Amino acid sequence: MEKKIYLDNAATTKTRPEVVEAMLPYFTELYGNPSSIYEFSAQVKRGIDEARAKVAKVIGAESSEIFFTGGGTEADNWALKAVAEVYASKGNHIITSKIEHHAILHTCEYLEKNGVEVTYIDVDENGIIKLDQLERAIRPTTILISVMFANNEIGTIQPIKEIGAIAKKHDILFHTDAVQAFGQVPIDVNEMNIDMLSASAHKLNGPKGIGCLYIRKGIKLRSFIHGGGQERKRRAGTENVPGIIGFGKAAEIALETMEERARKEIRLRDLLMKRILDEIPFVRVNGDKVRRLPNNVNVSFQFIEGESLLIMLDMNNICASSGSACTSGSLDPSHVLLAIGLPHEIAHGSLRLTVGHENTEEEINFTVDRIKEIVEKLRRMSPLYEDFMKKKQ
Amino acid sequence: MEKVVVGMSGGVDSSVAAYLLKKAGYDVIGVTMQIWQDEDSCTIEENGGCCGLSAVEDARRVAAVLDIPYYVMNFKQEFKKHVIDYFVSEYLQARTPNPCIACNRFVKWEALLKRSLDIGASYIATGHYAGIVKLPNGRYTIKKSVTQSKDQTYALYNLTQFQLAHTLMPVGAYSKDEIRAIAAQLKLPVANKPDSQEICFVPDNDYAAFIEEYIRDNKLADNEPADKSGDKKYAGLLPGNFINTAGEVIGRHKGYIHYTIGQRKGLGIAMGQPMFVKEIRPDSNEVVLAGANEVFSDRLKARNINFMAIEGLDGELEVEAKIRYSHKGARCVIRQTGEDEILCVFEEPQRAITPGQAVVFYQGDYCIGGGTIV
Repeated sequence: MEKKIYLDNAATTKTRPEVVEAMLPYFTELYGNPSSIYEFSAQVKRGIDEARAKVAKVIGAESSEIFFTGGGTEADNWALKAVAEVYASKGNHIITSKIEHHAILHTCEYLEKNGVEVTYIDVDENGIIKLDQLERAIRPTTILISVMFANNEIGTIQPIKEIGAIAKKHDILFHTDAVQAFGQVPIDVNEMNIDMLSASAHKLNGPKGIGCLYIRKGIKLRSFIHGGGQERKRRAGTENVPGIIGFGKAAEIALETMEERARKEIRLRDLLMKRILDEIPFVRVNGDKVRRLPNNVNVSFQFIEGESLLIMLDMNNICASSGSACTSGSLDPSHVLLAIGLPHEIAHGSLRLTVGHENTEEEINFTVDRIKEIVEKLRRMSPLYEDFMKKKQ
Repeated sequence: MEKVVVGMSGGVDSSVAAYLLKKAGYDVIGVTMQIWQDEDSCTIEENGGCCGLSAVEDARRVAAVLDIPYYVMNFKQEFKKHVIDYFVSEYLQARTPNPCIACNRFVKWEALLKRSLDIGASYIATGHYAGIVKLPNGRYTIKKSVTQSKDQTYALYNLTQFQLAHTLMPVGAYSKDEIRAIAAQLKLPVANKPDSQEICFVPDNDYAAFIEEYIRDNKLADNEPADKSGDKKYAGLLPGNFINTAGEVIGRHKGYIHYTIGQRKGLGIAMGQPMFVKEIRPDSNEVVLAGANEVFSDRLKARNINFMAIEGLDGELEVEAKIRYSHKGARCVIRQTGEDEILCVFEEPQRAITPGQAVVFYQGDYCIGGGTIV
């Protein structure tokens, strides 16, 4: 198969042609600065407002609760740092989980250096946060709970409604990094009692460099980027207008197609998982089997190096990953896999495949065939496998 | 087409190595090995060393120009175990290690070669100015590059026959100037980096501070010999006495990891004549100082022997030996004195023979083998 097979949709997605088309006029025709006074700019402003409404609709929020940012990472940084600062008089304690994205974990580490105390809650073997531990961790000084909606590596969806209820009961703010879940699974910020939510357009077939932070009305959060009065004085800097328009269009399509897409992706995901489990020995699926993103497959093959597997898949024109793509292309054992209890050597043999709406059954079958061949070959050359088979006999 | 994995640093030598192999018809894959433990990117960027993040960016650009596939492979675990842990535990045992030799044998060759064979390559290649030759006796050895003023074979003596059989060193046939000219002609975006550093994972060269921090942060693996007896792990960090060869106390030292045999600077001692470190005694935490003429010796013993050009020693052999990287080499006779022990007797006494360093034997331009000075 000469064509590239893209199975890394959790890293980023292809921008939909409809999205590109919606964005294009905002480069060359509707290029006015939305803050200017003339009618030409008012048109641009209207475009932004429409996009904001479309994004808000995905999570059942009000338009005025959506603040556009430069992406999911900025939204996460903003939520955590601003809450720590604004609520410093109330307390200095944040609760999060051990399997957050580095945008949360590294921000927490930064805050810890500045006097904030952070509790990292354990997850069970499927990656689901331990709710009893979370509730026990609450102190009078706790100002924020931040737990991701769905995990980027193993696809596990957290009991967000339950966490929201706990936060509400104790009158603590609740933020969720929903970068992987936004537009993929149903989210309702009111029903789930979410106070803040981060999202990113390029994970839902939108453009890169645009995201948002949802901030529930009434929550005082200082601005994170200082300058002009854009985004109702909360996020300065001339708006990334084409990006915002693209985000809006991608959000609209994602919401419209969510059910149908999920059905298709689940079928491909399950085919992928079933064939791998049925046809390759010494393999395990990571993450929860039921509470799982429709697009995520994460498996660990014993006795092999994930890095070699990825490179050989690449030689077959198959784009896959071992987890997070955010570490300069090189692989450390994933903190998520270690947190769900995988030993180092098994975590090293892990592979993440995330399907998209454009993938086909043929592609999935071709990929499984290649994985089978490569895993067999790598095991033939693995001293660990040889020792294991000898002991077995 | 045979596949070759080229270890790329972004520097001129490995970049041209990749080009030469591609030109010779190999299916070339560029790889940069990530081996740092330290995730502080500032240190890495400033350092610009063989394995930092900037090396990745530089090598990626070169690979793009050469139109070859390029990957970053992670060897942090292997590097920690075989290089940094070894380095620290050697100093704690009052020896002066050579981390580059350990890195070459266990990381650059053993680990990279394994993974390269895994992905279907037949060889790994490097930008060393040296040659690999197969001798009439069927053995592989390393040959010094005649055009090189700077010898690159010393740190390679410990490679196994299997490793040599699967290694290519294409720039070894050229001079550095010729390689630079090829790079310029191709307009390769190669980085202008210092040729080498003392110790790549200690960017500020303060190795003693590095060791202290490493131990205090408890990073040394528990199975290392140095910390079998609990507090002994810290012994090398504790101040003790400088003594003279008569056993008299002549001052205080700041912990024996700070000293190496032959050292003169930084002793903080005034004796009317220049004093040198003659010996380190870890058990009594004493460092013996002596005058210039007392740090010479005409013999050494080596263990952990690796033979290259020969299968083993049969009686005595006249060779030239290098006892440290910067050593010019000295004539000597070697013979086997134990199952894994060689005695080396020099024609002329040599200055500062240092336990932990490698002794490497040559005949002409060929490497005979070598071992670790005990």
